[in-house]
Amino acid sequence: MGILTLQILNSLYYASVLFLISAGLNLIFGVMRIVNMAHGTLYASGAYVTAWMVGRGIAYGVPLYALLLCIPVGALVVAAVGAVIEPVLLRPFYRRAEEYQLLITFGLLLILQDALLMIWGGTPRSADPLMDTFPIIRFGGFVYPGYNLLVVGIGIVAAIALWAIIYRTKFGVMLRATSQDRRMASALGLNVGLIFVAAFAIGCFMAGLGGAIIVPIQTAVLDMGIDALILAFVVVVIGGLGSLQGALVGALIVAIVRTAGIQFFPEIELAVLYLIAAIVLLVKPTGLFGTA
Amino acid sequence: MMSPEAIAPAWRSKLLLLVAALVVLVALALLPHFVGLYQVQLFTYGLIAAIAALGFNLLLGYTGLLSFGHSAFFGIGAYTVAFLVRDADIHAMELYILIGVPIAALLSALLGYICVRHTRIFFGILTLALSQVLWSLALKLFWTTGGTDGLRVPRPPLLGGMLTFTGSGAFSRFINAYYYYVLVIFALCVVLMWVIVHSPFGKALQAIRDNETRAAFLGIRIRRFRWMAFLISGTFTGLAGILWAPLNGLTTPEILYWPFSGEIVFAALLGGFRNFTGPIIGGVVFTYLKSYAVATTEYWQMLLGVVLVLLVMVLPTGIVGGLAALVRLLRGKRKQAA
Repeated sequence: MGILTLQILNSLYYASVLFLISAGLNLIFGVMRIVNMAHGTLYASGAYVTAWMVGRGIAYGVPLYALLLCIPVGALVVAAVGAVIEPVLLRPFYRRAEEYQLLITFGLLLILQDALLMIWGGTPRSADPLMDTFPIIRFGGFVYPGYNLLVVGIGIVAAIALWAIIYRTKFGVMLRATSQDRRMASALGLNVGLIFVAAFAIGCFMAGLGGAIIVPIQTAVLDMGIDALILAFVVVVIGGLGSLQGALVGALIVAIVRTAGIQFFPEIELAVLYLIAAIVLLVKPTGLFGTA
Repeated sequence: MMSPEAIAPAWRSKLLLLVAALVVLVALALLPHFVGLYQVQLFTYGLIAAIAALGFNLLLGYTGLLSFGHSAFFGIGAYTVAFLVRDADIHAMELYILIGVPIAALLSALLGYICVRHTRIFFGILTLALSQVLWSLALKLFWTTGGTDGLRVPRPPLLGGMLTFTGSGAFSRFINAYYYYVLVIFALCVVLMWVIVHSPFGKALQAIRDNETRAAFLGIRIRRFRWMAFLISGTFTGLAGILWAPLNGLTTPEILYWPFSGEIVFAALLGGFRNFTGPIIGGVVFTYLKSYAVATTEYWQMLLGVVLVLLVMVLPTGIVGGLAALVRLLRGKRKQAA
């Protein structure tokens, strides 16, 4: 029983991070119809910024509990980066062919990837002292870090918050209106440019938050963004591009398959994931919840 | 009905094209006499990249499908060679090609069958996801593929064993011979691709690209044609992978990883995917650009990224498209002056 509980907890923890990344990717696609290839690197940026701040904080003797604040601040920094990227780099391309949009975000990925290397160097960065702020939980002869439960909690809160923003606020109505018909929304007097910046920044915030909460557990390395992007693609392909429920269900499926895969078929776990994605695309091209 | 006067310039331009192609070929054949060994080696890489981009562009430029998974075909070509060396103990370049090309074609047919059910963004994501299946297998099945260590590919004898490369000076003899080997195959590929895109089949692909519905009304079986294009495209890129493996001497999962697919896309865009010659120029220039970037700065990815962004912003038609526009501009000015 203990092992099963452990696996479920691990799946939930992993799903939580995956959801944060892919919900951001989905939001950006849903509103702007852009598949942001740099999204994984923004996630990595969240991890690097947070790890750097935690390192500084410890050097100055800031108490650990206070350093937990680095997590939301790290995510906000990424959101701010996103708020600059959207109007400067992406906006000129909304009228152009999809190929160009994909290429511009691929170029952005290359640039951001080396910006991380330039700022923080090639050595992995860690923020593991933050994990010690939470007690270790013991059950049935197993130990489980309490911090992981925080990650699960943040994932759940983020899902609810995002749902509430999109479906229960005026801003959400504007967001959905823009997503459905950009020109009509604009004709009705909505400031579409502002909505785009906001949506992109929220998407980046989610990605940054994903990176920020994972960095106390896993060290920040340069390749983490590229790997994460592909997994996020798998999630949105399974769940459906542009769908919030899809991101949630897709993240759970990918997390469960991966956790089980690492346990039972480690050599082909990634291949199995990609195959699941391909099968979903074949059977239901728009993904389980997609409408696009 | 076209008047004879209208047909005559078409013939003249074709003749001009043939002469130009021959001049370029002769210039390329003389190249090793004027530059050092390193340049010859780099240019061989460039020609191989050009073959890969040429294949890729049949999909993007002529069929309107952006594949982000062409690393799969390049990789299967290279790994086929590595497996033939290690498991079958085959040491002959011609056999690598004869066995590798059908395998690349088979994989292209298989992946293409799945991928052409979609277009636009889904096509891109699907090709990407499927190519990553191969990457993850190459990475994880350590005992078969050597994992990140990769597999070694020794220098094979060329032309059925007439040219072997052992003993002193083997490396420089190999590079010089291999350059011509690749050049001949490259020329054949260019001619073949030229024939394909100017055949009725190629015209049908362009019709599908420009207007799918109209093409369907004309009775073109859209999915079948896209599948054929995918098959040819993947096979060309696979051939490039086969040629690449002995030159590089090592195959690693990196050539299956999706950023490598991105590099193929980059090369085609750099040259200009709306022109036949664009991806050829793009493949060569990209190879030089990358080797220059890697040699000069630790942050070569950023340099490439900036070039890519600038390219999309100011020169979306690529080098060849830009040059063509410049020529048109100058001609127009001359006409105005006259």
